[in-house]
Amino acid sequence: MQLHPILASLRHHKLTSLLLMLQVTLTCAIVCNVASLIATRIGNISLATGIQEPGLSSLYVTDVNHGGDPLAQHTADLAALRALPGVRSAAAVDNSLPLGQSGFSSTTCDSKSDADHAHQLHTSKARGCGQAGIYAGGPGEIATLGVRLVEGRDFQPGEYVTRGPDGPAAVPAAILSRSLAEHLFPGQDALGKDIYVGQKVIRVVGITDTVLADHLDEPASDCWTMFWPILPTRADVLYLLRSDPKDQAQLLKQAHETLLRINPERILREERSYTELRHAYFQRDYTMIGLLLASALGLLLVTAIGIAGLAGFWVQQRTRQIGIRRAIGATRRDVLRHFQAENLLIVGAGIVLGLGLAVALNMLLVREYGVAPLPYAYPLLTAMLLLAVGQVAVLNPALHASRIPPATATRNL
Amino acid sequence: MLGYYLRLAIASLKRTPVITGLMVTAIGLGIGASMTMITVLHVMSGDPLPGRSADIYYPHLDPLTLDDPNNDAADNFTWPDALALLKSGPAPHQAAMSGGSVLVRPERRELQPFYADGRFTTPDIFSLFGLSFLEGGGWSQADEEARARVVVLSHSFAHKLFGTVPAVGRTVRFEDTDFRVIGVVADWQPSPKFYTGDSYAMFSGPDGYFLPLHTAVELKFGVNGDVDCWANSSYDAMTTSPGCTWLQYWVELKDPSQVAAYAQFLHDYSAEQKKAGRFQRPPDHARLDGLMPWLRAKHLVPDDVQLQLWLALGFLLVCMTNIVCLLLAKFLRRRNEISVRRALGARRRDIFLQFSVEAAMVGLAGGALGLVLAQLGLWSVRQRPDDYARLARMDLSLLLWTLALAVGASLLAGMVPAWRASGQAPAAQLKAE
Repeated sequence: MQLHPILASLRHHKLTSLLLMLQVTLTCAIVCNVASLIATRIGNISLATGIQEPGLSSLYVTDVNHGGDPLAQHTADLAALRALPGVRSAAAVDNSLPLGQSGFSSTTCDSKSDADHAHQLHTSKARGCGQAGIYAGGPGEIATLGVRLVEGRDFQPGEYVTRGPDGPAAVPAAILSRSLAEHLFPGQDALGKDIYVGQKVIRVVGITDTVLADHLDEPASDCWTMFWPILPTRADVLYLLRSDPKDQAQLLKQAHETLLRINPERILREERSYTELRHAYFQRDYTMIGLLLASALGLLLVTAIGIAGLAGFWVQQRTRQIGIRRAIGATRRDVLRHFQAENLLIVGAGIVLGLGLAVALNMLLVREYGVAPLPYAYPLLTAMLLLAVGQVAVLNPALHASRIPPATATRNL
Repeated sequence: MLGYYLRLAIASLKRTPVITGLMVTAIGLGIGASMTMITVLHVMSGDPLPGRSADIYYPHLDPLTLDDPNNDAADNFTWPDALALLKSGPAPHQAAMSGGSVLVRPERRELQPFYADGRFTTPDIFSLFGLSFLEGGGWSQADEEARARVVVLSHSFAHKLFGTVPAVGRTVRFEDTDFRVIGVVADWQPSPKFYTGDSYAMFSGPDGYFLPLHTAVELKFGVNGDVDCWANSSYDAMTTSPGCTWLQYWVELKDPSQVAAYAQFLHDYSAEQKKAGRFQRPPDHARLDGLMPWLRAKHLVPDDVQLQLWLALGFLLVCMTNIVCLLLAKFLRRRNEISVRRALGARRRDIFLQFSVEAAMVGLAGGALGLVLAQLGLWSVRQRPDDYARLARMDLSLLLWTLALAVGASLLAGMVPAWRASGQAPAAQLKAE
């Protein structure tokens, strides 16, 4: 393979070749970063919540008549819900679920002194402390969510308390997620220890596997959560139902009718399966993935079109030269190779520049938008992809060129 | 001559239908994506009160304690501070307000009770922001202080509750209290909904009702938005506590002397409060922000939307490079034709014009396609669940901008190739062939 004729023809088409190279550079830089953004978003949407998602449904109920007895109402509602066909378990909880985008959290510490220290500093990021999401609910919450207990036990019936106007006076027990337990008591067994939340001292009676908070913030603390045994006593309550996944739609409809039959004076909202809730939480990520994927494919397509179109023009323009080269002994394979190598040279140069630009662009994105730094694999994959796209795009025009008969040289154009 | 160039351009484009189609598609995609995102950005960063925004200001006081981790002045106001400003602040119009959510129990039997968002506000809000009354009017300062059970409804909210009959004089039940409707205002939806002060609510739906702030506080209606308390206080005492900020406060100041006087007033008030031992921080933390600078500092455009805009513009850039490249190759292939035309007396600028016409045609077709794609893109944006999404619509000026961008982009893309083509010497090519 001789490099000389290729370089000569590139010199002849300096501006056009440079432009094509520029296009490849831009495409490479953008596609590298888009691929990395897609990977981040896919990481988001495939995050495990720690609950058994299929088969879980929820209804958010607000009593519009103040002054009733919420506890009695919830007991009656739960009895009716549990009696519905297909319901395996049900629970009444405060309006808080993993990824439910509403809930509350508190500064939680491993000792009284650390709690006082954190209070003085006005921060939950003090030594021995962390901001932990609280899932408060009545009996059956852990079983209905399908959360796995790895140590200890579920709450006992006597441990459930009610909430006063300023929150529960005392909470006898808490079940911590494993990552909260490990954060508060590194290297020790948290089971049986006490945690300090505001003025409260709470005994840890159980440890669960991962349970995600109601919204995502920082990966390190997204799983710092705990369960409290509190019977909902406010006008709003969230009912959780577990059933066979295929019965969920039917069950939600029946639950709606049942609840309104027991007491029509209330508003039902957010009647949905957990799958829908999860999808709603990650809606923006799904949108972004779609847009990023479409633009990456679009860019590759446009670049492929550019390469094929340009090669096509070049073949037409150089028909006579190709004929002459054929006449003086170049084989069809030589002509094919010529165009393929030419493409390799332009695309390769574009990729080399593009990788540099990709890193620069990524640094900018990291600074402005806090995206993840580019992993090494993506530039390599993108480079290979672009080389392949270039070769595929040039193949047809190059084959066309290789079929130009030597006799063309003798013809006058 | 232009007609002749047009015919030449059409003939030339027709000779390579695939490449022409692909060029038009590429520029259409680039323009469509860019205009979709530019429209979204335009909607999100527009002026909410055209013609009035320059006179609207947001004051800041700093009642926070010294050990509070937030070093900046508070965003919202405490109840005592808002009342003090209302009483003595030297401004033609000013109002304290908060978002709220109440349970509405309609008279009409077919309507279920529902929760509705509205504004709890002092009476000057209507003249401050220039809301227009369709029926009746607002309430007086005396009504405000007497905690009158009166309410002003938006047109569509009144229509929902009472149908087409006049609403003024009717009664509507909020939570457990009856309110007399005293006015109906035209639906008011400034975009962004700046007066909420809350970045999360800036693109939420219009307020259905406006009712006296004192009345809402007395009835303990539920407040929407950021409530920040640093003194230990129960939730019920929050509204009137000197240690909780939750109110937004807006003033109208018509000229620089009024602005200076108000800023001085804020400073003096803060100094007075510090002397009295209520404020701990220095009085120069008090300040006055103009509406537009205040909005810009809020960074209302989410990162995702900004990334999408950059992505779209990057796509357009690649498409343009692509078209420059293809047009250049295409024009240079026609050296013979150029040489002949030059030899027959065509000037350089004739050739330049001829090829520019061809580039512009690609641009026009691409722009038209881009316009269709942008409408499709905006439709898909409106399907997103975000608050801003339903506002994403193109107006006439943006429509014209789209076309201008498309033709501009393709003319720019055609310029280099046309210039190179016109640089062809008249006879050189003829000799060679």
